Amino acid sequence: MTGDAQEPIVLELDCRGMFCPLPVIELGRRHAEVPVGAVVAVVTEDPAARTDVPAWCRMRRQEYVGEDTAADGTARYRVRRLT
Amino acid sequence: MAPDAGPPAHAHLDAAAGAPLHPAAREVLEAALTRGYADPRALHGPGRDARLLLDNAREVVAECLGLTRDEVWFTSPSDAVQRGLLGLVSGNPRAGDGSVLSAVEHAAVRHAVSWHASRRDDAPVEIGVDAAGRVDPAAFAEAARTPGVAVAALQLANHEVGTAQPVTALDLPPGVPLFVDASASLGPLDLPREGWSAAAGHATSWAGPPGVGLLLVRRGTRWANPFPGDPEPQDAGGGLPDVAGALAAAAALRATLEERAEVDARRRRLVDRIRTVASTLPDTEVVGDPVDRLPHLVTFSCLYLSGETLVRELDRLGFGVASGSACTASTLEPSHVLAAMGALTHGNVRVSLGRDTSEEHVERFVAVLPDLVARLRTEVGL
Repeated sequence: MTGDAQEPIVLELDCRGMFCPLPVIELGRRHAEVPVGAVVAVVTEDPAARTDVPAWCRMRRQEYVGEDTAADGTARYRVRRLT
Repeated sequence: MAPDAGPPAHAHLDAAAGAPLHPAAREVLEAALTRGYADPRALHGPGRDARLLLDNAREVVAECLGLTRDEVWFTSPSDAVQRGLLGLVSGNPRAGDGSVLSAVEHAAVRHAVSWHASRRDDAPVEIGVDAAGRVDPAAFAEAARTPGVAVAALQLANHEVGTAQPVTALDLPPGVPLFVDASASLGPLDLPREGWSAAAGHATSWAGPPGVGLLLVRRGTRWANPFPGDPEPQDAGGGLPDVAGALAAAAALRATLEERAEVDARRRRLVDRIRTVASTLPDTEVVGDPVDRLPHLVTFSCLYLSGETLVRELDRLGFGVASGSACTASTLEPSHVLAAMGALTHGNVRVSLGRDTSEEHVERFVAVLPDLVARLRTEVGL
């Protein structure tokens, strides 16, 4: 299942126009809105998110699923809630 | 003044970016400015005086580094990197134009190889690092064996996280010379005796004058000036050398090495103290190798916090620190070093201790840090 791009995103956080560390703050505040095992995604142009979302997952013991793009081409980072 | 009058003095914890000139260099600088003002290449008396001082500076630096006088040149810090590195490519025209470097080199090194590659429609090969910021010597050497590679570049230790690189463990193929960027580390660390062809140093790393750089080219190296001018290495790229700066840099280097055992044992202990406290903070990671590293530098990142806010708040509390976070850079790009390590790039703080940083400075710092981090987290609601 890990890395499956087809897995539905239960909550998409629109962090367009936000810059570091705001997208990760948004992820930290809201990821628990999805059930354990579900995927939450951060959509942002912030180049720091490419490093910081996986780093957040490592530090907060969540699973980083991977990066793809939203419909408008903005980078989207997918995270599975583990706890 | 009563001991409790007024706030405590500002503690400068950004020595890696600039520190007060070593006291041993101050007197030398004053004397050298008085006597060494002339062009050392001139044939008149003041010129001969300047020449004598410059030769003296070269002799001292060579002795400190275990090199010979004809391996040491004084120039600006960025020129030392550019010429040192690209001169190895120019000196070896049949080898090709390719370059291999670690993903965590200083911007001066990255810019030099990118500039060179862009003129040849080529791309430098960057070798990734582990979570501690260290390049794998086998992967690095393997990439250097690719046909067309003319030079390999590896720093002695990383300027942002302090991790020492395995410069003596590289099994490079014959014909691929190694350039070592020691700009962040000369003084605290020694260049290896063998195994490199050219290197660059920056006097800031040993409390010397910030405008002085060292271009070091080993004897017998195929090196040719990559820029307009004389093909041989020269002081200041053939321009007017900074004689007084060179002499002050030499005096500071000698004094730094003389006091190194004592100063760096203290700095290592104080850095360990900061590492210990930072690692107990919630959602904070201390980055860089804990042991094999620069003795005076420690870096950590705090989840959810802005590097810019941390730098400003610490300044208000009396501490000068640096940050590799994107919000403190002129671009919105985070530190390429932290990104290459996979380390958290926001909320980043780099602390670097000077030769006179005291235990009191550090104790004051570790006393305010936990409350500051907790308060800033509360402000962002986490």
